[in-house]
Amino acid sequence: MRYLPLTQEEQQEMLQSLGIDRVEDLFTAIPKEMRLDADLDLPAPLSEAELVRHFSELAEKNNDLKSSVSFLGAGSYDHLVPSMIKHIAGRGEFLTAYTPYQPEITQGVLQSIFEYQTLICELTGMEASNASMYDGASALAEAALMACAATRRELVVLPSSLHPEWQDVVKLYLKSQDVSIAYLPYHEKTGVVDAKAFDGIPWSEAACVVVQQPNFFGLLENVASFKKVAKDNGALLVMAVDPISLSLLKSPGELGADIVVGDGQSLGNAMGFGGPSLGFLATSGTKLIRRMPGRVVGETVDTDGTRGYVLTLQTREQHIRREKATSNICSNQALNALIAAIYLSVMGKEGFKDVGYQCLQKANYMKERLIQVDGLSSPFSAPTFREFVIKGAVDWEEVNMRLAEHGFVGGLPLARFGLPELVLFSVTEARTKEEIDSFVNLLRGLIS
Amino acid sequence: MTTRKLVPLIFERSTPGRRGYRLPDLDVPEVPVTDLIPEEFLRDEAPALPEVSELEVVRHYTQLSRLNHGVDVGFYPLGSCTMKYNPRVHEDVTSLPGLASIHPYQPEETVQGALELMYNLGQYLAVISGLDVTTLQPAAGAHGELTGLMVIKAYHSQRGEGHRKEMIIPDSAHGTNPASCAMVGYKVVEVPSNDRGGVDVEALRGLVGPNTAGLMLTNPNTLGLFDENICEIAKIVHDAGGLLYYDGANANAIMGIARPGDMGFDVVHFNLHKTFSTPHGGGGPGAGPIVVREELAQFLPGPIVEKKGDQYVFVTPENSIGRVRSFYGNFLVYAKAYAYIRSHGPRGLRQVSETAVLHANYMMNKLKDVYHLPYDRTCMHEFVLSGVWQKEQGARTLDIAKRLLDYGYHAPTVYFPMVVDEAIMIEPTETEPKSTLDEFIDVMRRIAEEAKEDPKLLLEAPHNTPIKRLDESRAARHPVLRWEKA
Repeated sequence: MRYLPLTQEEQQEMLQSLGIDRVEDLFTAIPKEMRLDADLDLPAPLSEAELVRHFSELAEKNNDLKSSVSFLGAGSYDHLVPSMIKHIAGRGEFLTAYTPYQPEITQGVLQSIFEYQTLICELTGMEASNASMYDGASALAEAALMACAATRRELVVLPSSLHPEWQDVVKLYLKSQDVSIAYLPYHEKTGVVDAKAFDGIPWSEAACVVVQQPNFFGLLENVASFKKVAKDNGALLVMAVDPISLSLLKSPGELGADIVVGDGQSLGNAMGFGGPSLGFLATSGTKLIRRMPGRVVGETVDTDGTRGYVLTLQTREQHIRREKATSNICSNQALNALIAAIYLSVMGKEGFKDVGYQCLQKANYMKERLIQVDGLSSPFSAPTFREFVIKGAVDWEEVNMRLAEHGFVGGLPLARFGLPELVLFSVTEARTKEEIDSFVNLLRGLIS
Repeated sequence: MTTRKLVPLIFERSTPGRRGYRLPDLDVPEVPVTDLIPEEFLRDEAPALPEVSELEVVRHYTQLSRLNHGVDVGFYPLGSCTMKYNPRVHEDVTSLPGLASIHPYQPEETVQGALELMYNLGQYLAVISGLDVTTLQPAAGAHGELTGLMVIKAYHSQRGEGHRKEMIIPDSAHGTNPASCAMVGYKVVEVPSNDRGGVDVEALRGLVGPNTAGLMLTNPNTLGLFDENICEIAKIVHDAGGLLYYDGANANAIMGIARPGDMGFDVVHFNLHKTFSTPHGGGGPGAGPIVVREELAQFLPGPIVEKKGDQYVFVTPENSIGRVRSFYGNFLVYAKAYAYIRSHGPRGLRQVSETAVLHANYMMNKLKDVYHLPYDRTCMHEFVLSGVWQKEQGARTLDIAKRLLDYGYHAPTVYFPMVVDEAIMIEPTETEPKSTLDEFIDVMRRIAEEAKEDPKLLLEAPHNTPIKRLDESRAARHPVLRWEKA
């Protein structure tokens, strides 16, 4: 095997030093009847060249979005990614390290996480961020549980305009701890939750109310009304945000959010069929900061007084508190958080603003062009950012297959979430006017 | 590692007006932002991101990387973490646009290659574990534990035995085991270890009962020891109506040699970033798929991939618990595990485990005269020493760990498992050459000498690292969790 350096001679030497004849002698603690006597039923080994060929064949069976033009979003976005990111994040010192348990030789990872935490605080307007979590959906579930622990209440209020898969994840996490959920319907005309929906919720029992901004349909919710109802009832406001939108939108901190989560795929990470990504979680106030799940990096000094970074507030965590920990989470998504940090740094203050601005302009341009197509309309009236829903009595699955033949990946038909005739489009700064125009013209032809 | 200069924060390199990346010019007609978004929704000031050139960013992170130890830099015998070599070809093949640039909501017909990979990887993990059906959704080992426990809970509920809420866990278990139990509302019942480092079978017999949901076990356990009573343990738990959960953190010891399914386990999670060599990335991303027995497959999170004719399709199991994260898990991570399995084949995987176990025993045998070995028996892929002899001489395990940094090594896992006083847990892995093992043995012996002759050398270590010992209690007492402009 090419990754095993042990030679026959060395193996003999080792066996001899142990006073045994065969490697099998090391496995006698395993009851004999449990030891396999045949090879595992797996394919024969491939050389590196064969492996590369095999993967190329697998990859060719997929329509990738480098060679097609995509308008899919719904939680995974095709943004421009500066070339330098893969070279820097791919350095072996980052790639092949583990959780920085020995801070004296892992300042690289620790400082990059400290910078990441600072960048997330800048975007969200919150005081503290953890070192990242699995993804946005699980970060939201953890935030809801954190709110329950902080308020000692056991009801979470979720908007039905939240991404359906995020709803599923939150539901499962909460159900496992016997926490109840109340749902806020969205208004069928605006597509966002209006204050009337707050009636009938037993607010005195609510640990938190969640709002996704922009919501699953790409629409901007009126967060101020969520804040008011939360504040009036001693519940926390949990915001699930799209980080790119924070280049333009008021920060959750300014809006009075208590906990903010989101998915960081759009910050320089590959779509990768949905993973890996990272979930971020940020909060304010000592009480909530000490209830955060996950790893956290803090600044300190060494014995010479030199500034350095360490994992901190570890008494919240599973390896110390075991069943009393704030969560079972052990790892973070350090490499994806590093990518997000490099992305935000190289985009910088102005570049990041441009990304948000271009998404807004291009998405609006495409929305306006689509609703001019006969048979298509905009079903919701609330303002949009990078995504929007279009309505049309069209077999969208079929249309998408036809579009694929022309190198386009159409929007997401929402029939899979029980919303027939609706389709969700995403337009990032990576799309060009020419692509948008060609797409709209082609679509017009297909559905007329 | 030689002493290297520390690096300022990226924010401290910022110069107002400097830019690192430019987008193409906007090519659609512009509309005033306030025509699109009500003014009260907009922020007054852009987030204060750094203003740096691309070169400055490249240098910054390159310099940071040089302050970091990784497997690529040197030996990393961090017990229970399986820090083996991460083949670079895996980075290449998973960067192909056909894998890295596909969207999770593309029509299934346009991502058949991805589904094929997922389907086959699920099959391979079933073969390796001796169980039946896989979900690739969990993003890490602890996430796999959580998922597995949710499945066990669903199983008992469906049988009208939702009152089974006690999960038995050995005192040597990883902290994630009890923490995962708490996440599903299970009560943790701790079973003590016997004098051979395994589960105390008689104690276990006394702990099971009508409320037993199951037992979580790592085998080989966190002492690096295979529990030879596993058949009896499985029988006791099953007879009591419980299920057996296998924490696959230590699966690097048994690939192709024994299978959790054959030992009686019903649910297994694998840490693909350990056993199957996907890079640890400084703390993640990992992947923690679980494999279950056929009768538990109905509860798995969905969707999972099935093969219908020559097409691969997503299917949600009949009584699925729901979802533990969005989309299909850490696809680009588990694709590397797939590559690892394909490049090793059945005999290669067996050789991996055999070599890992041989390496660990070789090192243990060469160190046990200078460090206390609490359980002196053949180990599996790792072993646990104790620093109690050195403690008497005035240097603790922490000091030994810090001294190792001076010699260019990452330290072993220390103070875990908690059942061993002053624990030093060493996992060499199979990918290290014998010369590295020998050098490390020499250094460990030299440090034992130093502890005897000059413990101060250890107490003040590390001496040669970019930074000295850091004040962790100060960090926790006065948390500074972000940079603020002075």
